[in-house]
Amino acid sequence: MTTTAIPEVAGPRAVSQTSSKMRRFLGRLRPSRMAINIVLGAIALFWLVPTISMLIISFRPAGLFEISGWWKVFTAPTQLTLQNYKELFTGGSSTALGGGVPSGLAPGSVLDSLRTSIEISVPATILVTLISSLTAYSIVFGRWRGRNAVFLTIVGLMVVPLQVALIPVADLYRDMGSLTGWNPFGTITGVVIFHVAFGLPFGVFLMRNFFTGIPTALIEAGRIDGAGEWTLFRRVVVPLGIAAAASLAIFQFIWVWNDLLVALVFLGGDPHVPLTLFLYDQERTLAANFWIISTGSMVSIVVPLIVFLAFQRHFVRGMLAGAVK
Amino acid sequence: MAVVAVGQQQGAARPSSARHGQHHLQSLAFLVPGAILLLAIVIWPAIATIRYSFYNGSATKLVGLSNYKSLFSTADTLIALRNNVIWVVVFPFIVTVIGLVFAVLSERIRWATAFKTVIFLPIVFSVTASSLVFTQIFQLDPHVGVLNAIVQTVDEWFNPPGAYPLSAGQTAASLATSGVVAGPHGSLLSSKTVRAGETLRMGLTGVDPSTLSVLGARPARASSRAAGSITGLVWRDFSISNPSDITGIYPDEDGFPNLRLALLGPSGASVATTSTNAFGQFHFSNVAPGLFRVQIEASNFQPGFSGTFWLGPQSLTPTSNLSQTAQALLSVPLIDISMILAYLWIWAGFTMVVVAAGLAALDREVVEASHVDGATEWQTFRLVTIPMLAPVLTVVFVTMVINVLKIFDIVINLGIDSSQPGGQSSTLASDVYYLGFGGGVHTGLASALAVILFVLVVPAMLFNLKRISGR
Repeated sequence: MTTTAIPEVAGPRAVSQTSSKMRRFLGRLRPSRMAINIVLGAIALFWLVPTISMLIISFRPAGLFEISGWWKVFTAPTQLTLQNYKELFTGGSSTALGGGVPSGLAPGSVLDSLRTSIEISVPATILVTLISSLTAYSIVFGRWRGRNAVFLTIVGLMVVPLQVALIPVADLYRDMGSLTGWNPFGTITGVVIFHVAFGLPFGVFLMRNFFTGIPTALIEAGRIDGAGEWTLFRRVVVPLGIAAAASLAIFQFIWVWNDLLVALVFLGGDPHVPLTLFLYDQERTLAANFWIISTGSMVSIVVPLIVFLAFQRHFVRGMLAGAVK
Repeated sequence: MAVVAVGQQQGAARPSSARHGQHHLQSLAFLVPGAILLLAIVIWPAIATIRYSFYNGSATKLVGLSNYKSLFSTADTLIALRNNVIWVVVFPFIVTVIGLVFAVLSERIRWATAFKTVIFLPIVFSVTASSLVFTQIFQLDPHVGVLNAIVQTVDEWFNPPGAYPLSAGQTAASLATSGVVAGPHGSLLSSKTVRAGETLRMGLTGVDPSTLSVLGARPARASSRAAGSITGLVWRDFSISNPSDITGIYPDEDGFPNLRLALLGPSGASVATTSTNAFGQFHFSNVAPGLFRVQIEASNFQPGFSGTFWLGPQSLTPTSNLSQTAQALLSVPLIDISMILAYLWIWAGFTMVVVAAGLAALDREVVEASHVDGATEWQTFRLVTIPMLAPVLTVVFVTMVINVLKIFDIVINLGIDSSQPGGQSSTLASDVYYLGFGGGVHTGLASALAVILFVLVVPAMLFNLKRISGR
């Protein structure tokens, strides 16, 4: 939040005062400006190489992988094929072009993982956004004592490594199973609960920072008019805080979508696993079948990529607000 | 951020105390779901982990500090700690500098948004997917791994491989069959000395017939004598039809084409050079009187670049003479550096975007004033921009320190064979996972490691608290 103040725009007076010197200065800079363009262009290309290589490998015949590098595609562009995607989604068939290499995938496993990823990420995102907003509302507009202490505790929790909680939470889930007959360990619910809890500190931090910008007088006026806290939350705070909530939601969605550790601990060995765990398992068992794993990677990045490109500004804002997670 | 433009409604009267109590309870109720989750899934488990760290492997018996003692007395933990130290020392600094440079430079280009999007994009991918990409980039085989392909191209520019590159474990001397002995520096020498007008035969083997056919080799043909010249033959001295005869020349024996040869005078110095033809023949003409030897130069056998094992455990620091503990502490495995490179690709966009936001918030007049006062670009950057950015840079740096203290995903993905406890790329976080869940489970040790990890994060926690409570 320290980083997001709007930059001061130099007034016209300042410009006219310094314009001659600036012009001379810019004149000195012109050649280096071209150099900067070239250098940054090269860097941008360089940064794209890994992504492009994954894209190309996913469209090249499986049999070519061991024989020639993906960059050979630029000298032989006709060799692209959709076969890896067919193989990935239908699975099991051993008729891939370029030599018939069996992928070793179970049929439909990618679609199942795609669904599992959505089943984990969507509820975790909604719950984090909602519960963080409620908690932040209580901290900002509530009248109870110790609000600041609670807030600072939550700020402190932002950096707690989730490794610290894994073993006891796994035990807790199993204990719940023996007490109530419902064991969240190994279930999507168990993963969601864990993600929500560890997403809360950042969520509360972000929402609280936003809510402090809403005039307390607005809430007080509503209270005098007899509105309940729930009404105030829904009718006043949520409409005003929707941008911050969007930032939080998108940030959280991508965070959860890309998680490996929590899924590995709570869903490891389960037949229904999210995409990250699917890829990790494939990598361990089919380490040589990189073309199919690359294709799976492409599938796994499509959803966060769409979310990011559609809501880029919100995502960046969320990241800036909590440059601490 | 985001100051909401809402009309100020000043002067509202205080609500009555009855209503006040009701609001009080309602707003406190809003705290309940978050509080339950944080207490049950974060706070209580963190305390339970501290408790577990004093228990045995199955969490049934109190064992005092013995988990901590055994952690610090095995090389496994020292290796994990060392890797965490490498990550913390190397990564946050470099990624902050890269972010700063990118942010500053991208202010000068018109396509800054596109540039920032390209650099930022990898953050959106899962570390698992990114690791898979980098597994391919770091592939050992230069035909598959682009990094080794680049290194190979550059390497062969400076050290062109010979026509007969030795395969791994092969020496030039092992190729000699008849009339040839090992020479200095990996070369071969004719076993006999010759004078002008004489001829030589040098038999080699252990070379793939396909290598010869690629070079256009023809069946070997003995050279005829020539006055004033030294002539001879280098041929593949192995006949399928007559495997036991190692001196005769048979039709199924090819000559060695394109071999670089030198004529060594009596003092051992090279006096002339030549190459063999498709039949394996060579010819040194106008030879002075005296005794000579023919040398097959070592460059013929120069192997090509066969790939660097970027994800291998080999240490970049010499540690071979050290004790096991010292090795664990002082070696810097190449895989750590490769993983750091991949992680830079992932996170540079983050540091760039945060620093760029900090730059945008700077007071431009100060920067311009320093230009007006005659400061150079570099002086302005170093003496004005950097100090003004210091708070932002600190936040970015601390964020990255926290991030790599917990480094896990990239370690278990890229170090798939070396991230188990004791493996050269293992870290505290990966050890917690393997000891807690990955077979051979030991709750006590895993918890003690998690506590160590937590303690390491505490300074960053205090930094955050100080920063946030202070504003």
